Amino acid sequence: MARAVSPRRKLITTVAAWAVSLLIFFPVLWMILTSFKTEASAVASPPQLFTADWTLQNYSDVWARSDYPRFFWNSVVISVGSTLLGLAIAIPAAWSMAFVPGRKTKDLLMWMLSTKMMPGVAVLIPLYLLFQRTGLFDTKIGLVLALMLMNLPIIVWMLYTYFKEIPSEILEASRMDGASLWKEVVYVLTPMAIPGIASTLLLNVILAWNEAFWTITLTTTKAAPLSAFIASFSAPQGLFYAKLSAASTMAIAPILILGWFSQKQLVRGLTFGAVK
Amino acid sequence: MSTQSNRAAARLMVAPSVILLFIWMIVPLAMTLYFSFRLYRLLSPERSGWVGLANYTWFLKSPEFWQAIGNTLALVGGVLVITVVLGILIALLIDQPVKGQGVLRILVIAPFFVMPPVAASIWKNLFMHPQNGLFAAVSRAFGADPILYLENHPMLSVIGIVSWEWLPFATLILLTAMQSLSSEQLEAAEMDGAKPISRFRYIVLPHLTRSITVVILIETIFLLGIFGEIFTTTQGGPGSASTTLPYMIFKQAIAAKDIGRAAAGGIIAVILANIVAIFLMRGIGRNLDA
Amino acid sequence: MTTTFRALLGATALLALTAGAQAETTITVATVNNGDMVRMQGLMDDFYAKHPDIKVEWVTLEENVLRQNVTTDIATGGGQYDVMTIGTYEVPIWGKQGWLTSLDDLPAEYDVNDLLPAIRGGLTVDGHLMASPFYGESSMVMYRKDLMEAAGLKMPDAPTWADIETAAKAMTDKSKEQYGICLRGKAGWGENMAFLTAMSNSFGARWFDENWKPQFDQPEWKATLDTYLHLMNEYGPPGASNNGFNENLTLFQQGHCGMWIDATVAASFVTGKDSTVADKVGFALAPDNGLGKRGNWLWAWSLAIPSSSKNQEAAKTFIDWATNKDYLALVAAKEGWANVPPGTRTSLYSNEEYAKVPFAKMTIDSINAADPNAPTVKPVPYVGVQFVAIPEFQGLGTTVGELFSAALAGQSTADDALAAAQTAVTDEMTSAGYIK
Repeated sequence: MARAVSPRRKLITTVAAWAVSLLIFFPVLWMILTSFKTEASAVASPPQLFTADWTLQNYSDVWARSDYPRFFWNSVVISVGSTLLGLAIAIPAAWSMAFVPGRKTKDLLMWMLSTKMMPGVAVLIPLYLLFQRTGLFDTKIGLVLALMLMNLPIIVWMLYTYFKEIPSEILEASRMDGASLWKEVVYVLTPMAIPGIASTLLLNVILAWNEAFWTITLTTTKAAPLSAFIASFSAPQGLFYAKLSAASTMAIAPILILGWFSQKQLVRGLTFGAVK
Repeated sequence: MSTQSNRAAARLMVAPSVILLFIWMIVPLAMTLYFSFRLYRLLSPERSGWVGLANYTWFLKSPEFWQAIGNTLALVGGVLVITVVLGILIALLIDQPVKGQGVLRILVIAPFFVMPPVAASIWKNLFMHPQNGLFAAVSRAFGADPILYLENHPMLSVIGIVSWEWLPFATLILLTAMQSLSSEQLEAAEMDGAKPISRFRYIVLPHLTRSITVVILIETIFLLGIFGEIFTTTQGGPGSASTTLPYMIFKQAIAAKDIGRAAAGGIIAVILANIVAIFLMRGIGRNLDA
Repeated sequence: MTTTFRALLGATALLALTAGAQAETTITVATVNNGDMVRMQGLMDDFYAKHPDIKVEWVTLEENVLRQNVTTDIATGGGQYDVMTIGTYEVPIWGKQGWLTSLDDLPAEYDVNDLLPAIRGGLTVDGHLMASPFYGESSMVMYRKDLMEAAGLKMPDAPTWADIETAAKAMTDKSKEQYGICLRGKAGWGENMAFLTAMSNSFGARWFDENWKPQFDQPEWKATLDTYLHLMNEYGPPGASNNGFNENLTLFQQGHCGMWIDATVAASFVTGKDSTVADKVGFALAPDNGLGKRGNWLWAWSLAIPSSSKNQEAAKTFIDWATNKDYLALVAAKEGWANVPPGTRTSLYSNEEYAKVPFAKMTIDSINAADPNAPTVKPVPYVGVQFVAIPEFQGLGTTVGELFSAALAGQSTADDALAAAQTAVTDEMTSAGYIK
């Protein structure tokens, strides 16, 4: 927005914006700083923002104590896998809802969202039993399916709102050219919706990465992702703020970095059709 | 534009999503409904059978039940108000032409990437802890006794933590909407001598209505099921001061191992969620119409 | 089917069999993320050297999450784990359900008769050993010798609750964030209720009378709760209703606590390298009230094999390795005697080297002072010192724990909390069929 702004006002808003942003970010920063302190200086009183004895000891301890690469890899497979599978199922659905809407389309969308309203803990035993009996327990494919279904409503909705903004004239033009329905989706629609698909993908990778109930409940060793890694470090015996911080930093760092690099894409698509 | 064959194809394309979600919804729901009428205790498999409505009446009669409902609504409502109001303010602020906008956005977005158990444990151990927390140190620096956040203000603390987690989501959606507002419109209003407040009231806010609706809808769905943050910080206490409905169900399922009661609680939670959804739709649903 | 084909099939089957015998067995072991358990994972080279054909996959989780996962698994016959780390509370209940494999046929070198009788008794169901103790614990008083000295006091080896109050009062200096006593306040059957139930025994209180009638309306419980609240409100750290074992350990290690009454295993942590007060800690038996019972509990984290495990033999081999005398010697050689998992074997306490460890004697005396079969002054219908070994106890303990935690936070009075506990427990015990 190119509005004329007095230098003084610009300075004030800049300072204010930075202050607020740093305040919001501060807990994350504090955790990262703590992860590089010794256990003693992590709980020093009064707390020190910076300490004299920086150390990487916490990271090497955490690394030595658990198989981080395996947890990390499971997290990647589960979050990316569930999102890609979700997209594959949701793209056709969202397409037809956006371009061939029926009277019930909106109700259908709302119903999809409502499937997310059952609190997870209430279906703990039912789902546990289902996963046991079907052999999906502690498998990556099982978690991919579960998280995909959990996020599918969000994926459909995001894509639907995004597709709706694509002018239908373009589709009609391609249809004149004799493109089949399938070709229309694959060659015309999808490329146009790439930014929307990208941000849907990102948001759902984040949601899947951060899921910390089913990923712990439905796994033991083979499929356990970083949420289980964290559960093996929380509530430890004694003075372990720094180690807990290091483990936490390791758990969130990959997704934080991904998010930061891709924040433009993420933001662009995060409209849920709310922007006209 | 839609021909008959086109419609059929469209149905076919929606079908996988609908069928999968339907199975995903109905199978656990049916099992939960079944368990909710049964005596089913994990550790006493020899005692089982139909118990009619006993699990439901236990829930409804439990002294914590209404408090849990109240806490659930307070959590959802509190977080919604905080994230929407602060989200608008922060979006307004970083929408201004300030130096380093990209970096600012990165900083603001960060909490969204933090796994809920990690977020809760950061706040509990590094900030709210009465001896080792940063807040306690600040209090002491001013010569005051540390505030016992989790003990004396458990519900407010949980709302604060959850708000911090969801603030980036609200801010981002509102910011995106704000950036799509044409600057000509605002400039014209400025020329006409409209004060900043009335510019906000009559131009920005109406433009944001749909985004606010989306934020409320999505957040409500997630917030109604929250219990991980409570488990990590207050464990629903002291007493049941911060017990929400999902946490109450969690206690039945995990601590008491009473699956029947947990199932009844789940069905009650679904009913509550639907009531909330109806109110939401009545109240703001029309904002969603294109 | 032609003969050739049949022969081929047979050959394949034979091949598969021999291949199976050579292939390594993988067992899944679920453990708590406690120091001793984590240490074991660092010593696995020794196990692999002795048993190259067995591979161990670890599931290390925080205690609450672990208990939730293994309980769900065993109750639904999931069979995901081959070895589970469970406590003295679970063993009798799960053993009676037939969910555990008996460990009677461990090799002779395991020397089952070397196990401490109190600990072994708690893990034995109908004469069969159902779990092998990895470490055993009781509870005792840990106190700061330097602060006691400064106050001109001396802690008796067997203090009374009156001694504890005197000491707590003398050591409290809130301006220095120094609190006379730290006790568990966090709600939970394994948190504040473990402490309070054990404490109540020394006041002659009990959970139930012989007819399973709850006893929270009796004066003994009132005395227990009043004493606890008084100590904590006057001399305890602020925010104590959120403090469990881990939180208090941290506070003690940082020097915030004058006394801490908790698990004997904590002794090696408060005297260990992470502690700022390591050389200033003294130990005493848990307090009593002159009624013949002390307020100390009995617990053992133990390894057990679910009957649903498909690798019973490999699991037994692992349990034997992890809990026999050689393992203790291995830890002693690699990490020093103070880090040996305590409280499981008689031979450890007759070892002269181990006797030099400062908390060794107090630990064994505390363990020997607890009797799960006669936990309190009056007779009770249940087994367990700081718990009641019935399936309903986890739920009951959590409910009552919340009520007492709320009283500690100042949200209700002791009388209200006790009355609410009496009602809640009576309701549950009636609906569970104990009270006719």
